[in-house]
Amino acid sequence: MNVPARSAPRHTPYHPRWYRTPVSTYWWMQQWSYFRFVLRELTSLGVAYSCVILLCLIRALSLGPEAYEALQKRLATPMVIMLTVISLLLVLLHTITWFRLSADAMVVRVGGRRIPGFLISASNYVAWLVVSGIVAWLLLR
Amino acid sequence: MADNIQLDVARYSPERDDFPSFQSYTVPLRKDWVVLDALNHIKDKVDGSVTFRWSCRMGVCGSCGMMVNGKPKLTCATFLSSYAPGPVRVEPLRYFPVVRDLVVEMSDFMTKFRKVKPWLVRKEEKPISEGEYLQTPQQLENYKQFSMCINCTLCYAACPVYGLDPLFIGPAAIATAQRYNLDSRDQGAEERMDILAQHEGIWGCTFVGECTKACPKNVDPAGSIQQYKLTAAMHWFKSLLMPKASK
Repeated sequence: MNVPARSAPRHTPYHPRWYRTPVSTYWWMQQWSYFRFVLRELTSLGVAYSCVILLCLIRALSLGPEAYEALQKRLATPMVIMLTVISLLLVLLHTITWFRLSADAMVVRVGGRRIPGFLISASNYVAWLVVSGIVAWLLLR
Repeated sequence: MADNIQLDVARYSPERDDFPSFQSYTVPLRKDWVVLDALNHIKDKVDGSVTFRWSCRMGVCGSCGMMVNGKPKLTCATFLSSYAPGPVRVEPLRYFPVVRDLVVEMSDFMTKFRKVKPWLVRKEEKPISEGEYLQTPQQLENYKQFSMCINCTLCYAACPVYGLDPLFIGPAAIATAQRYNLDSRDQGAEERMDILAQHEGIWGCTFVGECTKACPKNVDPAGSIQQYKLTAAMHWFKSLLMPKASK
């Protein structure tokens, strides 16, 4: 029989007056590790911003050289440059934290033995470098 | 090293108090004393009304979990000298309802734990005459780490997701489910998936990772949940591509 997980916590009749410590709205500021976690989650905003800018660039390219130049001018304003730098930092933090966590999330066995976590993280970095190299070669050749 | 250290112990009496408060005690700072020894000293010599759970005193029973200076710890394995010169703040495990002083109500955890069927599920038992269910060292290795859980619930006290969403099944229950899923003798993985592959199950976890850091037995509940997410996602894809084969 399948028991649904969604059910209210049970209460026994013997402890009618429990004290429940309320969870503060600022729980993520009470511990450095929680703050780091929230920061990691917020890095997805930087990823989203980068994706939107990339889509805008592709659209401008499809509309012709004038549209592309106009977009480039808009992207060169100090405010947008600042946003781009912040999003780059967020994307880098996003990448580094998730590459590190992939070692904990994945179990890869070779010949019956579990591969150490640092090798999984290292393989991510190698793949990152290879893909970046290919993209750089395509753009700069 | 100083001769004494101050312990600030959370006190709550359901009959008298509306909310907990702290009471300070001074205890001898002995090199070989753990926080639990200090609490037992208070209980025996200073104030018999201080209430807390403990049993084995050697990190096996999982009863003496408390917040020590804001971190979930087994008090039998936490030396007082690590906190010198003090004071040491001792509180009940975070996110659980407090019954009295340092004692928390754990029936929510026990209910969830039972839901994930933490036992070997067999569709068909083989006759005794055929002997034991043998396992290779490799098969044992697959689940051994997750079998070390002592249900101390320190991981729940470390998990902000459990604090914010009390319906979340939680780290220890999921790690234990994974312990049985990975056991070559078990055939209950599909039954457990119905419970675990829900929002309150594995998908509720946002991989804060604090449960793994808090675990005194190196069980790595956070890792087990992420690994199970991969299994559940693969299962979902399989059922999408081959609906008949996955049944």
